[in-house]
Amino acid sequence: MIAHKSFKIIVTLTLAFALLPFLAFASADQVENETEEKFNPTDMILHHIGDSHGWHFFGSGDNSYTLPLPVILWTDNGLVTFMSSEFHHDTEGEYIVEKDGMQFVNYHEKIYQLEESAETVKFDEEDYPLNAERPLDLSITKNVAAMLLTVILMIWFFFGLAGFHKKNKHAPKGFNNVLETLVLFVRDEIAKPQIGEKKYMKFMPFLLTVFFFIWITNLLGLLPGAANVTGNIAVTVSLGLFTLAIIIMNGNKDYWKHVFWMPGIPTFVKPILAVVEVLGVFIKPIALMIRLFANITAGHIIILSLLGLIFILESAGVAGISVPFALFITILELLVAFLQAFIFTMLSALFIGMAVAEHEHH
Amino acid sequence: MDLITPEFGLFFWQTIVFLVLIFVMAKFAWKPILGAVNNREQSINDALASAVEARKEMQNLKADNEQLLKEARADRDAILKEAREIKEKIITEATEDAQKKADRIVAQAQENIKLEKQAAMTELKNHVAALSIEIAEKVIRKELSSDEKQHQMIDKMLGDVSTLN
Repeated sequence: MIAHKSFKIIVTLTLAFALLPFLAFASADQVENETEEKFNPTDMILHHIGDSHGWHFFGSGDNSYTLPLPVILWTDNGLVTFMSSEFHHDTEGEYIVEKDGMQFVNYHEKIYQLEESAETVKFDEEDYPLNAERPLDLSITKNVAAMLLTVILMIWFFFGLAGFHKKNKHAPKGFNNVLETLVLFVRDEIAKPQIGEKKYMKFMPFLLTVFFFIWITNLLGLLPGAANVTGNIAVTVSLGLFTLAIIIMNGNKDYWKHVFWMPGIPTFVKPILAVVEVLGVFIKPIALMIRLFANITAGHIIILSLLGLIFILESAGVAGISVPFALFITILELLVAFLQAFIFTMLSALFIGMAVAEHEHH
Repeated sequence: MDLITPEFGLFFWQTIVFLVLIFVMAKFAWKPILGAVNNREQSINDALASAVEARKEMQNLKADNEQLLKEARADRDAILKEAREIKEKIITEATEDAQKKADRIVAQAQENIKLEKQAAMTELKNHVAALSIEIAEKVIRKELSSDEKQHQMIDKMLGDVSTLN
């Protein structure tokens, strides 16, 4: 009964919001003439899914609320560190920060070191800086900070569960039970079937860490104002390389034999297949890397596009349609968050399982 | 293009942090958690196995009990049967005994009766004989009370004797 009633309310509200645009058109026309700066959805979306040197929450320009993060640069003259707030929210390369006689600007969240004579950074048509170069940037950016937040959460959650097990012998209750169920899920549904009873234990630390890291980071990424860590190619490249490294380090003789000199096929096919197999060794982690990056980024882009419609059409009424849609996609993203963590871990386990499998010799 | 160009800084931090995270979690979280879970599963399995064992033992005991009960019942039946047989035997024997005794008593009694009867007959005969003699004496005495009669008598008797010869 209750569900039926609330469904009715939702339908009514949705219809009401859907009708709003027609009522709002009149005022929208007036606003259009007043706005000088045209809204650019691409910039907005790329800004939101990209990395940045400060953690911006809301507001713009000097009125924005941003958590300053440390900027760490390795220049020709050694290490330079300062807080990102010293750029004063400037990302157009206009505000110059002077440290140790070097001048730095933040242009589209990339930090450039200006040449000595230069006063502002200049770019050619291909956005290549003419009078500046990028130092090695090891800053704690928004994504690094968000990643560290995941690390803190994981340590908090699982050290808690480990602490519980030190004191008690029985099964945990509540949140610890949820965590333990998930740990067992990774063990029983991912590691054991893919790698096998005998060898799975060795890879459990990696699989568990990667599963919970991706999942928690995905979920945190869905919060408003959060960073898009798992949707950043640098992060997924790193994760993919971990899988590749584990496969290469643990691949047994049989595995390499199957890669380089596949048994049981005519000899003239073997070199051809070896090329394919060697490529496959690298394509597997690349596929992992692209899948995670693309899925998470795509989800963010869809939500931001739907919300961006409000500003493109310059009508608050559009919110009646885009907000429910964005909400729907967000809920879908909750599922995707788990699914991508699962798929990454599952396929990693599968590839590891293939590398360590013992083949029966006939 | 920024979107698909990995930033070295982020890659660097991700790799370092993730590597450290794997080792820290492995040592302080995954190992104790998985160990505890394994121990628990082991103990659950053991408990289940021992429960099965106990049930089996119970069944064995039950079977034993039933066997014992069955044997006891059989024993009881056998004993009862034997008792019944003994009882019947005793009764039969007793009846036969009694019959024999009774027969013997009856036979003895008949014998006694027969003897008594014979004795009584003998006595009666003696008695009758004595009486007859007494009567005969009295008659003879009466008959021979006068001389005439005695003569008559002697004559008669002599007549008898002579006819006899």
